[in-house]
Amino acid sequence: MTRQTLLWTLLALLSHWRRHKANLATVILGLGIATALWSGVQALNAQARRSYDDAAAIFSGENASMLVASRGGLFPQELFVKLRRAGANVSPALEGSIRIDDHQLRLVGVEPLTLPRSAPMAHMRERENIADFFSGPGRAFVAPETLRRLGLAPGARPLTERGRQLPPLAALEEAPPGAIVVDIGVAQRLLGREGKLSRLVVADDAPIDPARLAQITGDALRLVGPQEDNELARLTGSFHLNLTAFGFLAFLVGFFIVHAAFGLAFEQRLPLLRTLRALGVSARALIVAMLIELVFFTLIAGGAGVFGGYLMARALLPNMAASLEGLYGAHIPESLALDASWLLSGLVMASAGALLAAGSGLSKTLRLPVLSVARPIAWREAHHRYLRRQGIFASLALLGAGAAFFLGESLAASFAVIAGALIGAALLLPLALAGALTLGERLSRRPLARWFFADGRQELPGLSLALMALLMALAANIGVGGMVEGFRLTFTGWLDERLAAEIYYEATSPADAREIEDWARAQTDIAAVLPVWRARTRLDGWPVEVIGMTPHETYTAHFPLIEATPDVWRALFEEDAVLISEQLARRLGLALGAALDIPTSGENFRAHIVGIFPDYGNPRGQLRIAHQRLAAKFADASGVHYSLRVAPEATARVMEEMQRRFGAKIARILDQAEIKKLSTDIFERTFAVTAALNTLTLIVSGIALFASLLTLADMRRARVAPVWALGATRSRLATLELARVMMFAAGAALLALPLGLFMSWRLVAGVNVAAFGWRLPFHMFPAQWGEVFIIALGAAFLAALLPTARLARAAPSELLKVFSNER
Amino acid sequence: MSAFANAENLAFAQARAPLLCVEGLKKSYATPQGRLPVLRGVDLTLEAGTSLALMGESGSGKSTLLHLVGALDDADSGDISLDGVALARLTESGRARLRREKIGVVFQQFNLIASLTVAENLSFQARLAGRRDALWEAELARRLGLSALLARYPEELSGGQQQRVAVGRAFAVRPRLLIADEPTGNLDEAAGDAVLALALDLVAATGCAFLMATHSERLAARLQRRVRLEAGLLAP
Repeated sequence: MTRQTLLWTLLALLSHWRRHKANLATVILGLGIATALWSGVQALNAQARRSYDDAAAIFSGENASMLVASRGGLFPQELFVKLRRAGANVSPALEGSIRIDDHQLRLVGVEPLTLPRSAPMAHMRERENIADFFSGPGRAFVAPETLRRLGLAPGARPLTERGRQLPPLAALEEAPPGAIVVDIGVAQRLLGREGKLSRLVVADDAPIDPARLAQITGDALRLVGPQEDNELARLTGSFHLNLTAFGFLAFLVGFFIVHAAFGLAFEQRLPLLRTLRALGVSARALIVAMLIELVFFTLIAGGAGVFGGYLMARALLPNMAASLEGLYGAHIPESLALDASWLLSGLVMASAGALLAAGSGLSKTLRLPVLSVARPIAWREAHHRYLRRQGIFASLALLGAGAAFFLGESLAASFAVIAGALIGAALLLPLALAGALTLGERLSRRPLARWFFADGRQELPGLSLALMALLMALAANIGVGGMVEGFRLTFTGWLDERLAAEIYYEATSPADAREIEDWARAQTDIAAVLPVWRARTRLDGWPVEVIGMTPHETYTAHFPLIEATPDVWRALFEEDAVLISEQLARRLGLALGAALDIPTSGENFRAHIVGIFPDYGNPRGQLRIAHQRLAAKFADASGVHYSLRVAPEATARVMEEMQRRFGAKIARILDQAEIKKLSTDIFERTFAVTAALNTLTLIVSGIALFASLLTLADMRRARVAPVWALGATRSRLATLELARVMMFAAGAALLALPLGLFMSWRLVAGVNVAAFGWRLPFHMFPAQWGEVFIIALGAAFLAALLPTARLARAAPSELLKVFSNER
Repeated sequence: MSAFANAENLAFAQARAPLLCVEGLKKSYATPQGRLPVLRGVDLTLEAGTSLALMGESGSGKSTLLHLVGALDDADSGDISLDGVALARLTESGRARLRREKIGVVFQQFNLIASLTVAENLSFQARLAGRRDALWEAELARRLGLSALLARYPEELSGGQQQRVAVGRAFAVRPRLLIADEPTGNLDEAAGDAVLALALDLVAATGCAFLMATHSERLAARLQRRVRLEAGLLAP
């Protein structure tokens, strides 16, 4: 194979695209969109994961270990003093959450002089102004981006929600996004956690022996490795897996476009390939030239796709950041920072997709006989072969889905069931449509109607990939849309029951809380004062919140329960009993009646489970015990959260009076409507990214249909022209063409309905349960089905409008080209 | 007696009046180099029951003339009248109606509908025109030797068989004019001869006019008249 041969072969191959611009556009568009959607999602995930790692590594770098309270939460500073006196090289830290205006921020208190050298924050030791950090008003370091987000200038001293003033702000590159780093003493004061620490950073060159640790601190502290400490990465894993799954679905839809376009290009280029072979180009040279062509496409379309992915990620990032912050308290910078590996992975994905899509064409080229068979293409035989092959693959995909269904309930198995069902049903679609067309042909009497159906079977293979993509997008729309709507319905009802009190507030300190409580109990407008104290613990390695409940009809009449013993409320308040959140029960494999050892400030509290309650949207586990027991068992319970039962008409008055009377003693006060709005906002944002990906997938499938129709237009003209010549008008034929595409889309929508419902059911009963631990009731939304049906017909109408309008307006000379080789 | 004579005269007059009348027909095509004239003013008449071979070299405009006469394309200028109907006055739907009711077309490439059976292809145009005659279709199938092939699909037939189906489809509607563009171009000599013989039999049986474009002197000799197109004009 000479360079000359290769060059001319390549030029001959590329000349095809000059004459088939629509086909070229389809390849570039499909590959570009598939890469864009995939790499966009990867960019979002990479950005979030890097933030979690940065947040986790703030103290420790990559290798250092930590000491944390055995059951989570805070521990006394004396433990640190004890360890230092015993010669342990540890550095104290305290983390908490503060709010400045509407921005929730992570406050991090450190002691820079003792931080291990590997910790990113240790670099600030080398700063000239480090002395300012401890002396005078101190310094509050923030990342430049966070400073911008707060709309504040360096040197500003904003107030927290507790009315406490921060030290002057200063920009520091090493500070993690969404965090404010201050001296440990300042952090304790700002958070009202004097004498408390949340962790001790162990110097990586002076590890602590666990036995010695137990000698000094008893079982109060436990040693955790750097990876184990990355709680955010653990909690958000499912969120990102969901995102990846949708990204992959979108990629698959885009891949279908490319596959269809390459398949068509191969068919159109068959004579050219044969001529090249007859002229002495070896099969190997032909393959090499086609591969070079493929690399060329990958670089152009993949490159554009990666850039598109960047733009998409940039547009979706604020919503995802808000959702992650609302759900998990994770701070993600809103400006996208990406590295070369992301760019490379996007191009690799584009190359793999292009290679797979072109694979069958390449292998056929390798086996291509130089002389074509004398017989014209046996269309019917090919059609039957095609349907048989589709049927076999569909059966395999459905069998795979069935196997995954019976194999397990893990997240991967749940996604495998959905993927198998989607692919199986998509492969079945052409079979179903071919069956419907045959039936239609048998039932119709009029000649054009018979032709309409018979010719549809010929059109089907060319359109099937685009229709399969449409089916998948529609099913995903019904499935995810149904799940989200179901979630919304359940969530709203659940919020109404769960948030029965009229006012919720958080006092600045336990002392302030007592003062406010005493006042509230004396007010005639306030029917009940309900302490909602909370403490933290850890069960089986998972962070768990323990919340106290008082015997009141707010709970006994309203608090939603999934399962409960008949005398749940009596047992909760009179016995050693506990209510457990659904996701925690599932994670720990616990059922009603099971006993649970809850680590407390002292001895473990052994309680039996008397109820399981839904706790949608909460990634952390939650336990509810009687308030009296919480106060007795957890010395470090927050003691600052309360809710009030007030006559609705008195709510605003009571809130105003509380704010006027107690001012900064109240850190936060919200009425029922506000807290519901906050919760629903978090909910909406959580699904904003999913909804956007869903819509994009639908748009992509519409484009796939449009591109396929545009590419098929020439072939269609050859089939339509004889019927026109025999006496049918162009407008009538164009109308029939439009009707046929819409009929195909309607078929796809009809099949998408049961498939979407199945997907919705698996999302609700499989994916959500495995990913988040909660199971929602399964709802059906017929109005949404109608909407999706109309979307399908609308998409088909729009996609077919241009090609059919062209047919309707085609000059007779264009149609006559089909019949004559001469003028 | 006089009534009979009048009717006879009228019948004679109708028979003698040309079925197809073409006057001053011009047609050109747009090319990157400007407009390319293909027909420069063609005059032609054809009576019912007669046949005419249209000859000429490649590019002389034979197919273009057939397409214009067959109401498949519009002329730049000039008149065509078929069975007393001026084509220029017809709308798109009027031309489509004329095609399906009065014109039979046989193409070089057969242009059968691959997704329909031979029987369905045979009856297709007649059904479009709403003039299906099952007895006539059976007769056509018998004459064309297609009776045993009716349930097959076009791809299962030889080239000669496919062209016989195309001829049958054209005659099923009992056209007033049959046009054929190199109908034997894709067939071997024997098959081509056989197809033409069948077509001429049917022309005689139905009394339609027959206009055929061909390169072959031998085939042209089997038709009643022949004319030659040269540089867009009919040679004297």
